Amino acid sequence: MDWNLLISQLVNSVQLGLLLFLLASGLTLIFGIMDFINLSHGSFYMMGAYFCGSIVAATGSFFAGIIVGLVGVFFLGALVEWLIARQLYKENHLDHVLVTFGLILVFDALVHIIWGPSGLSIPLPDFLNGQIQLGSLVFPIYRLVIIFGGLAVAGILYLLISRTRLGMLIRAGASDRDMVESLGININRLFLFVFALGAAMAGFAGMLIAPITEATIGMGNDIIIIAFVVVIVGGIGSIKGAFYVALMIGFIDTMSRSYLDDFLELLASTAAAETAAPAISAMLVYVLMAVVLAFKPTGLFPPTAGNR
Amino acid sequence: MVNLSCTRSGKVYLGMLFLLGIAPLLFQWTNQPFLLDLLSRGLIIGIAALSLNLILGYGGMISLGHVAYLGIGAYCVGIPAYYDVYDGWIHLSLAIVTCALFALITGAVSLRTKGVYFIMITMAFSQMIYFIFLSLEEYGADDGLVIYARSEFPVWMNMESAVSLYYWIFGLLILTLFFIHRLVRSRFGRVIIGSKYNDLRMQSLGFNTYGYRLTCYVISAVICGLAGVLLGNFTSFISPEMMSWTRSGELIFMVIIGGTGSLFGPLFGALSFLFLEEALSLITIYWHLIFGGLLIALVLFGKGGIDAWLRKLDK
Repeated sequence: MDWNLLISQLVNSVQLGLLLFLLASGLTLIFGIMDFINLSHGSFYMMGAYFCGSIVAATGSFFAGIIVGLVGVFFLGALVEWLIARQLYKENHLDHVLVTFGLILVFDALVHIIWGPSGLSIPLPDFLNGQIQLGSLVFPIYRLVIIFGGLAVAGILYLLISRTRLGMLIRAGASDRDMVESLGININRLFLFVFALGAAMAGFAGMLIAPITEATIGMGNDIIIIAFVVVIVGGIGSIKGAFYVALMIGFIDTMSRSYLDDFLELLASTAAAETAAPAISAMLVYVLMAVVLAFKPTGLFPPTAGNR
Repeated sequence: MVNLSCTRSGKVYLGMLFLLGIAPLLFQWTNQPFLLDLLSRGLIIGIAALSLNLILGYGGMISLGHVAYLGIGAYCVGIPAYYDVYDGWIHLSLAIVTCALFALITGAVSLRTKGVYFIMITMAFSQMIYFIFLSLEEYGADDGLVIYARSEFPVWMNMESAVSLYYWIFGLLILTLFFIHRLVRSRFGRVIIGSKYNDLRMQSLGFNTYGYRLTCYVISAVICGLAGVLLGNFTSFISPEMMSWTRSGELIFMVIIGGTGSLFGPLFGALSFLFLEEALSLITIYWHLIFGGLLIALVLFGKGGIDAWLRKLDK
């Protein structure tokens, strides 16, 4: 067994898991508190990458790109909530799906108009571009940065949710929205903030991944589906569920892509294993979701009292 | 709606169906083969929209993964053709069996869930199919699969020329319309519609609504799969991209534009959607912006779609 490969795949799986968490935590809050399905959440992921890329190109500073990008996506999220989402909370889920689907088209077209059809690459500063040697293992520094960035945001979010008054309102809103409203809380402001916060976290995930993959039109449309799987399996409205399930799905997805063919070779011929493995590993996440929903239709960590 | 020719909106719909029936003659006369192409595609997608409307409009099951069946149907032409099996009856029966089986299995799991969970789980299952075909190197993976010849049928019903394929599509369309018309007025249809509005009441009346809804889901999938067989024959090139979840989103839009729970609405919703797309893309390359904006405005302000506008004629 190649231990170096195993460890670098573990690092990759944690990285994917944390990116998924950044997307899914905002999504699960918007889902849980506003009961709003936001298919265009992936557009914030894309816009974050493009905002950051433009600022980096203009100033040459990666950190300025991140900071300005975060503020930009936060306000973009607030704008979308104020202009569009707010009109729809009282409507049914079908309308949410339709309008946010329309929003995806609008955002993709806007990016096409402003930045053109080709992708936008984001150069990394030199000190993030190198590799780091730990014993016999070599890691790209930037991958570790993504992991620490993701963990830092998860930690801040945890403190915000569990230690502040605002977090208390968010938790209360996730388990019983009507009660929070009837206790005299300005629910509109809370919704606006939660929506913008979710957008900013999605944008942050986009900024983190863009230096590796570059920012492209529609980059959020595929990963958002996996983020939805995370939300559903974790239990709608549960940050804790989103965290554990994101890491779990990151692990399953990465590991099955790299090791499933070896594993299947034990059971079948090499040729059969090599054909079947990619198909099975691509399905695995969705099979997991189907199995969980078949036994626990409200997900693994439904946000009832005492379980967040 | 019991007798279509009695109401004005019904007369408009029948008139439009008649126009669709003679369209190839008109296009041949005016020498516009491109329009026949566009209309053929429109009707295929229209059939898919009608099948989605059966579960979404009448049954209240919001499936965000319905194009999976369109794709399965198309691959049921493509994969046999890859092995030089061109017999049309094999293609059709393969599509029916595969779609019914897949719908039975995934429907049995999905229909245990409700609301948001149902929307997301149907989307997840369609993504599953999408990724399976994306990773099947043997059948072209993301490069897609070229179908070199159309399905073979007896001479009098072959689909070799563009016009004969059009009449295949038109025939399936008429059959689908008639079938759905009969189905939703049957006892079965009443139960489906009833469980959309109040599932608990239908259950307490003694109906096993889960079984009814699952049957309806399977029927809808099979119709969509048949449309997929025609789509495979029509495009002669199939790729997983046609099953991406955004396509399912477009399909839902077509149903909404046409009017949910109306017999003809989704067909004309699909046609308007595709023609609008075509027209806007001729005007500007940034047509998505206008298109997306129009769709949002339609949901926010245009309740009921085309069917509701036509119904105003009846008053």
